[in-house]
Amino acid sequence: MKNEALYNYVLRLGDDSLILGQRLGEWCGHGPILEEDIAMTNISLDLIGQAMSLLNYAGEIDGQGKDHDALAFLRFENEYRNAILLEQPNGDFAHTMMRQFLFDAFRKPLYEKLLDSSDQQIAAIAEKSLKETRYHLKHTSEWIIRLGDGTDESHQRAQKALDLLWRYTDELFFETEEDLALVAEGIVPAMKVIKAEWSKTVTAVLAEATLNIPTNNWQFEGGRRGVHSEHLGYLLADLQYMQRAYPNMKW
Amino acid sequence: MVTEGEIRSLLSEVCDPEIPVLSLADLGVLRGVEFLDNEWHITITPTYSGCPAMKTMEDDILRKLNDNGIKAKVHLVLSPAWTTDWLSESGRKKLKEFGIAPPEDEVDKSVLFSAPTVVPCPKCGSRDTKMVSQFGSTACKAHYQCRSCLEPYDYFKCLK
Repeated sequence: MKNEALYNYVLRLGDDSLILGQRLGEWCGHGPILEEDIAMTNISLDLIGQAMSLLNYAGEIDGQGKDHDALAFLRFENEYRNAILLEQPNGDFAHTMMRQFLFDAFRKPLYEKLLDSSDQQIAAIAEKSLKETRYHLKHTSEWIIRLGDGTDESHQRAQKALDLLWRYTDELFFETEEDLALVAEGIVPAMKVIKAEWSKTVTAVLAEATLNIPTNNWQFEGGRRGVHSEHLGYLLADLQYMQRAYPNMKW
Repeated sequence: MVTEGEIRSLLSEVCDPEIPVLSLADLGVLRGVEFLDNEWHITITPTYSGCPAMKTMEDDILRKLNDNGIKAKVHLVLSPAWTTDWLSESGRKKLKEFGIAPPEDEVDKSVLFSAPTVVPCPKCGSRDTKMVSQFGSTACKAHYQCRSCLEPYDYFKCLK
């Protein structure tokens, strides 16, 4: 492989998009209102589109002839590198919106910085994806405020979602020694820069939503190393069923 | 041998599968027509990353050219990223006649909180309209409704 660090980095980005896109797609036909059903599946489609570009590029770096389908459908659970946050079940609508918001607030500054990547393909994917991610963050921020600063019931549900999901947020900023070499080469930004931007957005929106950031800051990690929660296996069973049951089938 | 002009004229008959009044050139999805190593290379770019119409567009381009005895390959590029600025003037007119409001200049999407853009109703022209949802029937559209004539309509949202 010509650049293992870059492969791992792009794989993480691709798996984040793929797994969250798959989760969000589960809302199809089950949204609380028709418009939101359509919105969530639109966002899911954007994420899966981004996953295609990212996983194709990971396959290219890997150089073994694997395309996005091979990477999406034919790996085992411990080979996925998505953050644990993104494989968490949908829960109620507030839970889904909170998970999406915490992720969008991370993805937007990341893509903004990747625009300047010295790797042209990464910069191109970031340029395309950033336009979509801005819409997503706008959408989820509005919902977090509407739910948090809404009725007692919606406030309580949004706060509960935040309390449950906060413990998975640190992992988004996972960074290895090899990544720091990519940072030095100007291929990717340092995660501390992204975390500062994320904190700014999250703090501002949650304050407006009258929601409290949990004081217990114990954090989960593992997804970036392939050690996942029990939920990923079930998700993959759904995602991979067709290719496992009927290898190479097409329609 | 066919010329680039002839290829472009053939391709002007290839339309967006979702919005059949728009050609791929009108939409700004057609980015390049080039002759290299004995075949034509057609470059297209997606409106949105996950646009499920890309494969159909590619197939439609190849069918149109192959039916006319022309050998071609289709390439997908991501950069520069598609923007609604590439929608041609005639494309905007055709959209409106089709009942889809063409993109309006909007505030920067990086501003998190802003009032929705005023999008005049494509049926009656009223500016008294409301955004129902930022996400519409396809990734490139938002959902609006006219308060004057009550028409619900798609808005081809501005992407810059």
